[in-house]
Formats: sequence, C-alpha cells, structure tokens
Amino acid sequence: MSLAFAILFYVATLVLVVGVAFKVVQYSKTPVPLKIPTTPAPTTTSGVVMRMFREVVFFESLFISTIWTWIFAWAFHMGLFAVLFRHGRYFHDLLPAVIVGPLKYAAFAMIIGLTGLLVRRIAVNRVRYISAPSDYAMLILLLLIGISGAMMTFASHVDIVGVKEYFHAWMTFDFDNLILPPDTVLRIHLFLVAVLMLIFPISKLLHAPGIFFSPTRNQVDNPREVRHVAEWAEKLE
Amino acid sequence: MAAKEFTIPEIQEYIEVPDAPVPDATAHLSPFVAKPVLQEPLGFPGEVGDDWKEQTLDAMGDLLGKYRGLRVFMDICVKCGSCTDKCHYYIGTADPKNMPVARQDLLRRVYRRYFTFAGKFWGALGMPGFVGAADLERGMLDEMYSYYHQCSECRRCSVFCPYGIDTAEITMAAREILARVGIGQKYNNEIIGKVYTIGNNLGLPERALEDTLEGLEEDIEDETGVAVKLPLNVKGADILLITPSADFFAEPHVDGLMGYAKVFHEAGVSWTISSSASEAANFGMFIGSYENMRKISLRIREAALELGVKRIIFGECGHAWRVAYSFLNTLAGPFDFLDQNYPIPQHILDFTLGEIEKGTLNIDKSLNDDMVLTFHDSCNVARASRITDKPGSQFTVPRAVIKAVCNNYVDMDPDTIYEKTFCCGGGGGLLTDDLLELRIKGGLPRMTALQTVTEEYGVTHMAAICAICKSQFTKILPYYGFDMDQIVSVHQLVSSALILTGQVDEDEETESGEEAA
Repeated sequence: MSLAFAILFYVATLVLVVGVAFKVVQYSKTPVPLKIPTTPAPTTTSGVVMRMFREVVFFESLFISTIWTWIFAWAFHMGLFAVLFRHGRYFHDLLPAVIVGPLKYAAFAMIIGLTGLLVRRIAVNRVRYISAPSDYAMLILLLLIGISGAMMTFASHVDIVGVKEYFHAWMTFDFDNLILPPDTVLRIHLFLVAVLMLIFPISKLLHAPGIFFSPTRNQVDNPREVRHVAEWAEKLE
Repeated sequence: MAAKEFTIPEIQEYIEVPDAPVPDATAHLSPFVAKPVLQEPLGFPGEVGDDWKEQTLDAMGDLLGKYRGLRVFMDICVKCGSCTDKCHYYIGTADPKNMPVARQDLLRRVYRRYFTFAGKFWGALGMPGFVGAADLERGMLDEMYSYYHQCSECRRCSVFCPYGIDTAEITMAAREILARVGIGQKYNNEIIGKVYTIGNNLGLPERALEDTLEGLEEDIEDETGVAVKLPLNVKGADILLITPSADFFAEPHVDGLMGYAKVFHEAGVSWTISSSASEAANFGMFIGSYENMRKISLRIREAALELGVKRIIFGECGHAWRVAYSFLNTLAGPFDFLDQNYPIPQHILDFTLGEIEKGTLNIDKSLNDDMVLTFHDSCNVARASRITDKPGSQFTVPRAVIKAVCNNYVDMDPDTIYEKTFCCGGGGGLLTDDLLELRIKGGLPRMTALQTVTEEYGVTHMAAICAICKSQFTKILPYYGFDMDQIVSVHQLVSSALILTGQVDEDEETESGEEAA
C-alpha cells in the first residue's frame, strides 16, 4: 500500500508537471494576431504587470462583478494557498512554527469558500444551468480534500512525523523506508490530492496558468504606437 | 420565414436580470443564411458539403492554432457564473443560451470533445456530457448559427470575467468556422461584397456620392450662408476622412457629417473623402475573418497613398474605430508615409476637441438649450479603444465635446456607462430586420437607463458616436415609447452650436423674414 501510494504520487506529479508545462508551451507558442486588451487598459508593461497582479491576487474583475462569488472564491483560494504553503513543512524544515501554527485555520476559509461556491452553483438558476457534472465533481473533490485534511489537524490527529518521513523517503527514492502511517483519513486525503493533480492539466483547473496568457488582460494598449503582427499574418503581406 | 409575434419588453424601474432562464426563448431567431453568390466572393464555400464534420473540426483546429485567445478561453472558463447576468440579450430575452458562458459552451463542448483528453476519454465511454463535451451533430451547427448571431461582440462580459474571457472572440471564431463550412450570414456577407465591388457598405457609387456631398454643401450654405466644402478625391489634401457610409444620408448620421465639415472648415485644414474607401465600417471583424478584415483595411491604405494625404481621421463609428485604432496598424501598416506628429489614425472627436481647446471654433452653447443631453458609450469605443493617448479618453473626450457645446448634460446610471456600457442591441453585424425581435429586446437595458434619466432629469436626447448605435436607436426608440429623433450625433450638437465665420445670423434672418411677410 505504501508503495502503491508512492507510485501514484510519482505518476500524478509527472502528469501535473509535464501536463502543465505542455499547456504553457502550447499557449505561449500560439500567436496573438491582434491587439485585443479590454479597455481601458494600461499603456505600459509595468501597468500590465499591475493589472495582472490585481487580477491574480485580488480577483479584481470578479470583485467588480459579483460580490458573493468573490467572497467565496477569494476565501477558498487564499485558504488553499495558505494551506499549501503550510504543507511545505511535510517536505522541508524551512518554515518556523510561529507561521505554521496559525496557518492551520486557513483550512476553514477554504472549506467555507468551497461550500459557498457549491451552494451558489446549486441554488442560483443561471449558474446551475451552466454547470456540468464535472463542475460539481471538482468542487466536491476539493471540499473532501479540505475536510479530510482539517480532520487530521483538528479531530483525529495523524502520525505527522510518520507522514513526513514517508515523503522524505518518497522524495529521495528511498524505497526501503517508504512506510505510510496506517490512517484511513490520511489515505483518503492523499488519494484525492493525487486525483486533483491528475486532472489539473486536462480540466478547467488550467485557469491557474491560463490567466497569465489571457490577451484581454495581459496586452499593452499601444496598437497605434507599436505595430503588432503575428507570424502567420506576416505571410499574407 | 414569417416573423413570429413577440411582445415588446416593458421598461421596469431598474434593469432586471431574469432569475429563471426560459430555455429556447429565442431559439427561433436566426438571420438569413448567405446564398452561394454571397459566400464565394469572400473566399467561403457556397454550400454545406457532406464532409461538414471534418470541415468544422479542421476549421476549428486551424483557428485554435492561430489565436491564443481562443485556445486559452476554450480551456480556462471555470463556470463561475460572473458573466451570466451581464449580457443585454440575456436580460432582454431570458434565453439561457444568451448568457455569455452558455453561448461560449456551444463551441466549447465541441472543443472539449475533439481537442481535449478529458472530452475524448469520456466521449469514448459514451458520457461526453460529464465534462461538458458533446458529439458534433449537424443540428448543432444550426444552433451555433442562431446563437452566435445573438451576440453583438460588445465585450461587456469580458469586463466582468475574472480571466478576461471575451465572448466576442469566440463568436468571431464560431462565425468564421460556420462560414468556412458554408453557413455564412447574408447581411454581413452582402455588405462586405459591396465594399469590394463598389467601395462602401451601402453600395453608393462614386457619382451618387458626389451628388450627395454637393447636396450637403448646398444644405449648409442655405442654412448658414457660408460655402463649406465636402471635397471628394482631392489629391494632395492634408486629411483623409474615413467615415461610415451611413453618414452620407441616414439620420441623424448626416447631421454629424455636416458637423465634421464645418469643424474642418473653421479649422482651415484641407481634407477629402475618398470614393474608393468611402467606408469606415469593416464587417470583416464581425464575421471574424482576418483575411477579409485585412482586405477591407488595405483600401484605406491605398486611398491614402493614392491621394497623397498626410493624416487619416475617422468619423463617428464604433466598430470601425476599434478596427482603426486597434487593428489598422497591424492589418494595413506601417503608415510611415503619413505625418508622424498626429495620431495614426486620429478620431474626429480628438480633432474637434483640439480645435475647441485652441479656440478656433466660435461656439454658442445656448443654441442647444432646447435639449437635455445624455451620452451612450458605444461598446467598441468603450471596451476596445482609446481616443487620445490617455486610457479612459474614450469616455472623457466625447463628454468634454458635448459639454463644450451644450449647457445641459447628465450621465446615465453608472452601471450602464463607461466600460460597463450596454450595447445598443444592434451591433456586431446584427443590424438587420430579420433580427428585429432580438434588436428590440437587446435594447432593453439601455432603454431602461434612458427612461430613468428622462424621468429624473428631463433628458430629451441621447448622443452617440457610432453609426450602428444611431441606426439601431432610430429603429427601436419608438417601440419603447420614445421618439426616433431623440438619438443624435455628437457632431450634430457641435454643428448646431458652431457659428461659422461670416455666418448670417439665424435670428436676424428669421426676423427679416417675418417683416417681409
């Protein structure tokens, strides 16, 4: 079982890294034939960096659009990042306890945010109409990851030293010491995380790398000043 | 196809978003399909062949490789619902496929099925719907044709999307795919054909254009006693004016054209219109065709070279200004033969505001005191361009000009202006009578905002700087209980407040007229 999980995570990591790298290369190699920023847009590169920063960190457009979705989405994402950051302590020793301790409560922001998004998806007619089964499945997957993780932190404590040793062995390919603590919640949690990693590059979760390639947000508004021509369009000339 | 009976929406106190979608409410709306004779001159097949499925997927694959926006937008929508209450056509029709994300999904489900691992996997299991994919069937092309012609490419949804997904880009791609399969739209294709053969959207030949411009010169002289010229094909003129052909005769467009002529006259610049590029509009954008858009744009370059002008100025037109501002340099540049001290191209409002600030224009604002004005931001100007070198000048410049020539001005609801402006309901190649129901219903949000300022501030007129907006409002205002002449050109306002050098005073003339009688 310990080895099965190790293999699952090798595969999942490979799929995630190679899959996302493939999509990023694909996005960056696809030309942008026309200037299409949604205006008013910044006229300088530094302005675009600021616009992207506000969009990626604060979800500016969503904030302007729909405040409840923004509250839940932002709570979920920020909770997720805090939790992910905190998970670093299972892989290295760089995080001091003063930071790691309080961050555990971020799990609740994540769970509350996800629950809000799920309720909205079901309760708002318009949003229910546009939802495919996979949209619910992804929310439920994340929710179960959050809940199982929080359970191990707040309810049935897992042998965290054992987990850390397991992943240390996993990272160093030390197959003799691959011993996963026999905890059901932990195994559910890890299995779901592996599923999330596997579907990441083949699903809408690509919005994470994708937003950086969105031409309506990342283009500088300077079409009169700088001539912009795509390679395939040059051939027409 | 007999027009189906429909009810005109009633204006409510606020813009109300339909909470419960009414599936297929406007599934019957579908503009006339182009006959082969209108498809072939644009480089598209005349009819749908037996291999429509391969053709659809080939065209889609081609565009996915050419447009990063399309590729990224197909992948990254998370179905958050942020856009679902933003489209004027959804607000006006309650048809859920008019929610931007649902409109995108008509194409996205094909993308998911044939271009992604998840779609191929679940499709092989016979459950493509689990991941929002669908097997391509012939009827889906007709559905796409219908709903991708219920989008005016106004980009309002893209403002509110957390990833900036622009349904206009997807609509353009879908229309191009359909055209390549043999399903083009009659209205757009017919117009593009006229541009190629005659030089403008209206099919107005050089001789008729010459007569029209002479008629306008006479009108101005009758009214003011000043001989203001509207020159055609003058070689060596400084400025080439490119304006939508509706400006040559449609109301209230033509009053705007006379306004430009008066401003040029007072500014003392030499200018000309070109008969071979007597059209600012570029419907190549509406059908998503880079090649056609480029071909139409090149006419402007050729006219500028042929006439040896130093500057290009665009008249009041929304999508034309998007193509001019955002795409012209790309499609028909570089314009190194023009005077680099001026914007290339320049917007007529930029020119006029410059003259107002220089003080070359003798303005009597009180001549517009019979009106209380508001301004309708046109979508392509608002969300796809600038006017001066400052972001946001697309909002401030028109308002500055209006306020410089009118005493009474108020803005509409802040959620319906600037980059949040609502489309007039007739943009994006939908300004055709076979879509009248859609145009009327799509106008609802703007009509609601106009009704509010009418009641609160006594607004009598709404100004616009887009030929399509002007035509659309002229048509739909009466359906909502307004008068068709409540829509005005911004340069019409300039024109009526501008006293030309040597102009016969209107009041004196009237008085002497009365004495004589």
